[in-house]
Amino acid sequence: MTTELARRARISAVQMCSRSGASHIGSALSVIDILAVLYGDVADVDPHRTDDPSRDIVLVSKGHSASGVYAVMAHAGYFPLAWLDDYYLDDSHLGGHVTAHGIPGVELSTGALGHALPFGVGRALADAIDGIDRRVFVVMSDGECAEGSTWEAALMAAHRQLGNLTAIIDRNRLQILGGTEDVLGLEPFADKWRAFGWEVRDVDGHDHEALAEALRRRSGRPVAIIAQTIKGKGVDFMEDRVEWHTLVPNADHVTTALEQLQADASGGSGSDHA
Amino acid sequence: MRDAFVRKLTAEAETDPNVMLLVGDLGFGVVAAFGDAYPDQFLNCGVAEQSMVGIAAGLAAAGRRPFVYSISNFPSLRPLEQIRNDVCYHGLGVTIVAVGTGLAYGSLGYTHHGVEDMAILRTLPGMRVYTPADALECAAAVEQILADPSPAYLRLGKNTEPLMHAGQPDLSTGGPLLVREGSDVTVLVTGPIVVQALAVADLLESEGISVRVLSCPVVKPLNADGIRSAADGTVGIVTLEEHTVLGGFGSAVLEAFALRGWRTPIMPLGLADEATHIVGGQEWIRERAGLSTDHVRRSIETFTRRAS
Repeated sequence: MTTELARRARISAVQMCSRSGASHIGSALSVIDILAVLYGDVADVDPHRTDDPSRDIVLVSKGHSASGVYAVMAHAGYFPLAWLDDYYLDDSHLGGHVTAHGIPGVELSTGALGHALPFGVGRALADAIDGIDRRVFVVMSDGECAEGSTWEAALMAAHRQLGNLTAIIDRNRLQILGGTEDVLGLEPFADKWRAFGWEVRDVDGHDHEALAEALRRRSGRPVAIIAQTIKGKGVDFMEDRVEWHTLVPNADHVTTALEQLQADASGGSGSDHA
Repeated sequence: MRDAFVRKLTAEAETDPNVMLLVGDLGFGVVAAFGDAYPDQFLNCGVAEQSMVGIAAGLAAAGRRPFVYSISNFPSLRPLEQIRNDVCYHGLGVTIVAVGTGLAYGSLGYTHHGVEDMAILRTLPGMRVYTPADALECAAAVEQILADPSPAYLRLGKNTEPLMHAGQPDLSTGGPLLVREGSDVTVLVTGPIVVQALAVADLLESEGISVRVLSCPVVKPLNADGIRSAADGTVGIVTLEEHTVLGGFGSAVLEAFALRGWRTPIMPLGLADEATHIVGGQEWIRERAGLSTDHVRRSIETFTRRAS
């Protein structure tokens, strides 16, 4: 079921970026499966109770993946699908980076990197002090693991043994100007998180069952899920290509992309916002 | 003043369990009592100011009222983007507390001089800015901050500043507060450097210039109407701050008056636009970096004669 949510969101995200001339389609396609499993399955969130004080908290630190975030949320029922039509354009509800203001279900505005993990530590800490059993999920990019603020927060999460905090890192190994290992190497990446006191789970970031299992399992320590992903996933000419962080899909790109994404349908319609 | 701040916050924490104190591993001998009394309302975030402000924003989103405490520029300029994006963008009730601003840590060098912070933080949307002159203004500022769940910046000295008032002043209208009556010229001061304005006022009295001294701890939102009426009957306003003259308190007053079309003569006094290499204590550097008693006296004297 979450695979169909992801498929529809991919189609929408490609259309949104093309229509509005927006970048970051590669990042959106990379993270959409993670978001679909979170919003559509594992996280205790619901479009009908976005103000429920007991809801889980989902924070998206890679604010530039906004087209993917908004597409998943609209298809999951958080706001009208029609809002996607003027994404990024003048007077739209939805801008080019994830924004909480006026968007039901978005917990934190992001766009500058390295911000959501510290914020998530604050939320998780408040619950830990109050004895509230609620989970905080932080979806991050691998590129933003170059930010010092990420590791400052990682220290505190482990220091306070925040087992209610889960970070999911979209490990697609690409950033704007090249591979993460060529720009500013992160490996041995899992070892870094372990050394910081986190429990690490390595999963296929496009395998919904594996993601759901890794996300569901609780721990007494903060958990870092390293989701091995492919930037541009689902559209062959975008997959693992550094330029699709920045390029805007043209009409031909969209036609080809939709053919591939619609062919993935398991009996569902592949039309606009299907 | 830092003791007064911690005392006041401790009293507030006793009645409001949402009040929290976050420190960046600073405040030896000052903050321990708070942590001992209210361990669930205290968090030492370590030497990690960006994370500290992000954590504070997360706590505020969960309903807490965190006060983020460190010295000089460490809780303000280092995590400026976290203050801007995580706190102000979301309108969260986080208070940044900088102790020892201005030249209070003079001998520790320019890294520890908080002399551009007001200019930068007052431009952030919804950010309230307070620079109290003494412990009484500090306590009043804490009450004002807690009365409204929005971002605030509290800029403190670090010494035992002399008290300017008989009791805790009312800051609900934004001041300014009269600390010395005078009829020729108004000196409008923010922060502990008000003592220098009083010293200069005594010197000028003997020269036949009667100086009115006002303390204005509320830098934003600035009470322009209150300042104008408090300066009524004098030839104009000299502003004084332990901070660069660029963009700080004096600039705020100039902007407010210019935007309203008021023609009151105003002259801002503050630190020169340069990174000081002078080694010395607060008084020593004040005397050599554009805020000497003699320079302030002569500036006020010249301003008064020209504006008369």
